[in-house]
Amino acid sequence: MCTVCGCGDGETKLDGQPHSHGGHDHQHYGHGLAGTEVPGMSQERLIEIETDILAKNDSYAATNRAVLAERGVFAVNLVSSPGSGKTTLLCKTIEALGDAPLAVIEGDQQTQNDADRIRATGARAVQINTGKGCHLDGHMVGHALSHLDLPPQALLFIENVGNLVCPAAFDLGEDCKVAILSVTEGEDKPLKYPDMFTAARLAILNKIDLAPHCDVDLDLYETNLRRINPEIEILRLSARSGEGMDRWIAWLRANLAQKTTPEAAE
Amino acid sequence: MHEMSLCEGMRHVIEEQARRHNIAQISQVRVEIGRFAGVEPDALHFAFDVVMRGSPAEGAALVILDLPGRALCYDCMKEVEIMNRLDPCPICGGGKLLPQGGDEMRIKDLEVA
Repeated sequence: MCTVCGCGDGETKLDGQPHSHGGHDHQHYGHGLAGTEVPGMSQERLIEIETDILAKNDSYAATNRAVLAERGVFAVNLVSSPGSGKTTLLCKTIEALGDAPLAVIEGDQQTQNDADRIRATGARAVQINTGKGCHLDGHMVGHALSHLDLPPQALLFIENVGNLVCPAAFDLGEDCKVAILSVTEGEDKPLKYPDMFTAARLAILNKIDLAPHCDVDLDLYETNLRRINPEIEILRLSARSGEGMDRWIAWLRANLAQKTTPEAAE
Repeated sequence: MHEMSLCEGMRHVIEEQARRHNIAQISQVRVEIGRFAGVEPDALHFAFDVVMRGSPAEGAALVILDLPGRALCYDCMKEVEIMNRLDPCPICGGGKLLPQGGDEMRIKDLEVA
C-alpha cells in the first residue's frame, strides 16, 4: 500500500482489476526533501497547520460532488450492517424505476457478487473491492465514476461496505446517506451506532414482512432513530414483498427532481 | 473505528508540511478530536506509532486534545454541551439531541525536533 496517499492501491480493486495509480503526483519519503538534512533546523519550533485529518478525502469528495452536480445526478450513499438487504432492495428499486437512467457503485471487501446481481437487472454497475478496507472513500468513488459514464439526470446508488461505523465519517460526494435497517437487527441498533444514524437523511426499515415473526416493536425502532437524529426521515418497507416500495421510489424521484430543477431552469 | 485510515490521512498532511517547511524530524503532533468524532484515543495512539514509521513523524509524540460535544436539544431548543452522545439534555432532561459540531478531526500543529 502506498502510505503517502493512503489510497491502499495494493488492496483496492475495480471490477476485479487493480486500480490505476496514474495521475498521482506525490513524492515517496526518502526520495525528496523530507529525507535530507536541513541546516538551521536545530531549534524547536511549532508549525500551526489546523488541517482536517480527512482533508484529502474531503477534496476527492468535493470533486465527485462537482461532477455529479454538473450532470444533475442525485447520488445516495447506502449504508447498513451486512445482511440488511441492501442489494435486494437495490435490485427491486431498479425494477420499479423502469427505464429511468441510473447506475450503481458496489462496495465490498471481496467478490463481484453484488455487481453481478445488479448487472443481471440490466443496470450499469461498477464493483469496488476494498480488500481489507472497512469503508469506501472519496478517492475510490472518483475512480469508479470515471468508469461509469453516467448519463445526465440519473440516480446514482453507492452501496457502501456493510458496516455501521466507519462509512459514517467518509464523505464520498453523495447528496445524502440512506441507512438501511432490517427489522431483525433489534430496536436499539440506532442507539448502539449513533454516528451512522446522525449522518443519514433517511432510514429505511426493511424486511417488515418478517416483523410478525419476530419480537420487534417498529414504533420503538422509530423512537430510537428520532432520539439520535430528530430530523431523520423514516420509511418502512419490504423489498421482498414490495410493501412500502412505492414511497421509497417517490422519495427518490422527488429528490432527483429537486436536484435537476435548478439546471433545467437555466 | 478506522483509526488506521485516519493516521494515513495524518501522514499525508504531515509529509506535505515537512516538504513545504524543509523539516526532517517532527517531535510532537497535536490533534483536536471532537467528542462525537467516533475516535478511540488508544486505537489512534497505536495506529499513529505504526503508520508514522518511515515518515518525519516516526517516534513523535501524539497529543490528543478533546473538543466538547455540542448538541441541540429538540425539547427545549437550546444548544447544550454533553459528554456522551446518549446523555440527556442537562437543562430539561430531554432525550432528543442532534450534534452541532463535536465531530472535528483536525491536526492543530507540529513541533519540529
